[in-house]
Amino acid sequence: MLLVLTTGRKNGDDRGIGVTTRRTMRKSIRQRYSLATLALGAVGGHKRWRPAWQSRPLSNRYDIVIVGAGGHGLATAYYLAKNHGCRNVAVVERGWLGGGNVARNTLTIRSNYLRDESIPFYVRSVSLYERLSRELNFNLMHSRRGMIDVIQTWPRLREIRRRQLAMDLHGSAYKQIGVKELRRRIPALTGGGPDSRLPILAGMVHTDAAVNRHDAVAWGYARAANGLGVEIHENTEVTALITNESGAVCGVRTHRGPIAAKKVGLAVSGHTTTLTGPAGLRLPLRSFNLAAFVSEPMKPVVDVVVNCPDLGVYLSQSDKGELVIGGAPDPGQSFRRDVKQTVFEDAVCAMLELFPTFQRVKLLRQWGGHLDIAHDASPILSATPLTGLFVSAGWWGGYKAIPAGGLAFAHLLATGTPHPLMEAFTLDRFRHLDFILESGTTVVV
Amino acid sequence: MLVIPCPFCGPRDEREFVYGGPTSARRPHDPTALSDSQWVEFLTVPDNPLGPVRERWWHARGCGDWVEILRDTRTHEILRDRDG
Repeated sequence: MLLVLTTGRKNGDDRGIGVTTRRTMRKSIRQRYSLATLALGAVGGHKRWRPAWQSRPLSNRYDIVIVGAGGHGLATAYYLAKNHGCRNVAVVERGWLGGGNVARNTLTIRSNYLRDESIPFYVRSVSLYERLSRELNFNLMHSRRGMIDVIQTWPRLREIRRRQLAMDLHGSAYKQIGVKELRRRIPALTGGGPDSRLPILAGMVHTDAAVNRHDAVAWGYARAANGLGVEIHENTEVTALITNESGAVCGVRTHRGPIAAKKVGLAVSGHTTTLTGPAGLRLPLRSFNLAAFVSEPMKPVVDVVVNCPDLGVYLSQSDKGELVIGGAPDPGQSFRRDVKQTVFEDAVCAMLELFPTFQRVKLLRQWGGHLDIAHDASPILSATPLTGLFVSAGWWGGYKAIPAGGLAFAHLLATGTPHPLMEAFTLDRFRHLDFILESGTTVVV
Repeated sequence: MLVIPCPFCGPRDEREFVYGGPTSARRPHDPTALSDSQWVEFLTVPDNPLGPVRERWWHARGCGDWVEILRDTRTHEILRDRDG
């Protein structure tokens, strides 16, 4: 029996959760969530629930320190412990767990990219997400609802059909539908008629797309990583990298004191260059602000993610009924994490062109997140010229990439070599000007 | 929202401008004299400071001039224009 189980795991160390790992997780997390434990909790008046993770005192030495307890940092810590047995790992976070960009995005999970290097990675990430609730024993409220692109110009249609052909090769689904079918699927889409500025020409359905709950992703990974022995330290701001006399990175300086580490992994989105710059490492990254906003809760009106690339707006409706709306990044580098009035108005006007009935909807909240965009708009998951320092950066729309990004970064940190899915995404590609150009596929969403 | 000082039109709303990217890296006079890595760095690595960044904006919906400003990436404050 045991033999069968062990060979079953040979499919790949990172494919779902192996039986042996599940057993260790059960032992270490101890508190599993299920209908039975919920009923048991109800009998006890819900007073017996323990905290989902433990805070341990900060040590001054770890094997691996990951900077940033966002989606990518926590996922990396989890896969380091689960797939590579690295337990002496600390995730240090300036603010609170999951309070950075993982809470500042629009939750869209999709794999409609253009390049042969990108698509398999995102396909993998989307499929990992689909199993993640079960794997982490934490309800991510994952909803594979599909995304529909509303096409309003012929060049866009050609570009997206080119993407469709590329995606076909890698098992990601994109299907063209007519205007009638598009309006049937999204009844609220009443704008974009034949007499409008940009009449709707067609729709493209990306059936693999999904949305889920961002807090749950951060908390689920944190709980599972912590259950496997990873330490998470909030309110621990990394102020600098510590380098030794040979120029290798051997730890981080925090305002709670220095922490020595054999390897340091940066998963800090917009602030990657803020940390690497003083250590003398210049990276092909620029930080931009990307804003989003939500409406008041409404009854269900849109059951897919609607993306309007020609107008520069996209939206979906959350489980609470709020419309989650996003537009293009602000022009100019920014670390402000706010909303610019011009960008906000552009997105709202674009939305009202297609959804005129939303005119009377009140908007409740808005926020910005800073993201670092690489020269070719593709992520950088790489060792660096500074020995011991690894970066996971350039995630423009990195929410969808959290599971596979964490998986690949954990592989890179543990083994020192890139994960097969991310071999093309190292810093070396810039040395050869061998770009993975994805700027057209990442601008919106 | 920025109010960008155009040398020709005076202070104008950001909406009239198109962002033209950072200008910190000047094109080397003799690219062939550079090593490959220096050339790649010029091509791909911009300054990304937590503070003032030098950048160009095109007054596309105005006089059509290019304006260079020094702007703080934390506050959006425009510190001084090209002449200041």
